[in-house]
Amino acid sequence: MPVDVLRVENLSFRYNSSDVLSNISFSVKAGDYIGLVGPNGSGKTTLIKIILGLMKPFSGHVKLFGDHINAFSGWDRIGYLPQKISALNPRFPATVREIVAMGLLSKKGFPKHINNADNTAVDTTLSLLDIRDLKNKPIGELSGGQQQRVLVARAIVNNPELLILDEPTDALDPEMRDRFFSLLEALNRKKNVTIVIITHDIGNIGRYTSKMLYIDKKLVFYGSFDDFCQSAEITHIFGAFAQHIICHRHDPNLNFSSRTHGTD
Amino acid sequence: MELTEFLKYGFIQRALIAGSFIGVLCSILGVFLVLRRFSLIGDGLAHATFGSVALAMLLKMSPLYVSIPIVMICSLGILKLTEKARLYGDAAIGVVSSLGIAGGVMLASIAGGFNVDLFSYLFGSILSISKAEVIISIVLSVLVILIIFFYYHELLSITFDEDSAKASGINTKLINTIFVLLTAVTVVLSMKVVGIMLISALLIFPAVTALQIAKSFRAMMITASLSAVTSVVTGIIVSLYLDLPTGATIVIINFIFFISGLAYKRIINV
Repeated sequence: MPVDVLRVENLSFRYNSSDVLSNISFSVKAGDYIGLVGPNGSGKTTLIKIILGLMKPFSGHVKLFGDHINAFSGWDRIGYLPQKISALNPRFPATVREIVAMGLLSKKGFPKHINNADNTAVDTTLSLLDIRDLKNKPIGELSGGQQQRVLVARAIVNNPELLILDEPTDALDPEMRDRFFSLLEALNRKKNVTIVIITHDIGNIGRYTSKMLYIDKKLVFYGSFDDFCQSAEITHIFGAFAQHIICHRHDPNLNFSSRTHGTD
Repeated sequence: MELTEFLKYGFIQRALIAGSFIGVLCSILGVFLVLRRFSLIGDGLAHATFGSVALAMLLKMSPLYVSIPIVMICSLGILKLTEKARLYGDAAIGVVSSLGIAGGVMLASIAGGFNVDLFSYLFGSILSISKAEVIISIVLSVLVILIIFFYYHELLSITFDEDSAKASGINTKLINTIFVLLTAVTVVLSMKVVGIMLISALLIFPAVTALQIAKSFRAMMITASLSAVTSVVTGIIVSLYLDLPTGATIVIINFIFFISGLAYKRIINV
């Protein structure tokens, strides 16, 4: 039986005596494409940070590729794009190439050095995101959308098996956003990369994901987008009309069942 | 007197050699400190150095040997205060800094008041640097630079985005600990060059000058190092010619470099 890529068991997190996450459990299988959605302050980013070991849970467990988070060492299998590029120092004097190469460090022993093969991997990834011509530019000289693509390149340059993205399309224009989602879809379908993506764009993300995970401090819904559209809990949250609008924004020609990978 | 005649003096040779090594060391560490918005740790640890020098004088021991372990402990204290007591970096630095000054004043008082020696550490006395201190400065500088060389990519990654660095498996706790310890050693080594009161200038100025000019991280480190060595060498020579205090002259030259860097950036961007 294949091991879950990610398993979250009875996870709770408290901050200053108030519950941020309460008793959350779910599992992600290889090839899943999960849309993690919920209102502002629902705990999405906190959940991701706990999954990545950046924060300690109050109770509960996280397992990555079958290993407890505290014993997990295969960080090279994971790519991560953090939230809010605006939080990064805009005057940071690193070039695009230097930043994307940071994504390769997890695969390296000590001492870590970037070689020619690494530079080729960086160039290939930059080409994939159509920013190869920017490789020698300081990141501070790029637009918000270009900076976002650089960080996406850093997250995928290592060919991760699990890709975790926290609101990756916020700074992208509609055309680039569609191309970005097409790239994720290709990674998911062709390379079987498991994807967990936080987004506020619930209707749009349903075009691509195989499952939706809706949290609001606790787990509200976890299942396919079709089930999401039929869910009484979601109707209760959004109302029937809004749910109808959300669920009919995506392309009617797409066959949802064909996009479902590795479901339970 | 001709420059070549100045260079014949052993004390000037020692000052130039030790000053250049310490300049490179400070500038490289300074790049990381400035970009991590942790620049004032140099100031905080310098104040802790003041306390430790006062203790060394009270115990009649070499300030270098007493200061290095004490300031290393203080640097770990700053790190722990930010991690465990959830203090912002500036507040943690403030706690250690004021404790260092208070301890120094108290110890100096117990020792019977401030004396000339303590003032030489406060304002620097690179021209009185001994052969043993030059050797220690070179060995420790090379050691610290080697450690930075081996951890360069980890340090770069943490400086850019600590969360992502941690999520990629980099042991950020270990690297941060190594980094503050290196900073502590550097601050203690620098006290002879510019003095306890001006150490942070040697950490900050070359980095902020390079930040105006450099287009990549590697270029920033090289520019900062060149700026630091040039300012130390020029500062020593100018102070000798004009009979000025060496530490303060080095800092003023660093300031001139910074203003020049700023002007260069303005001209280029016009």
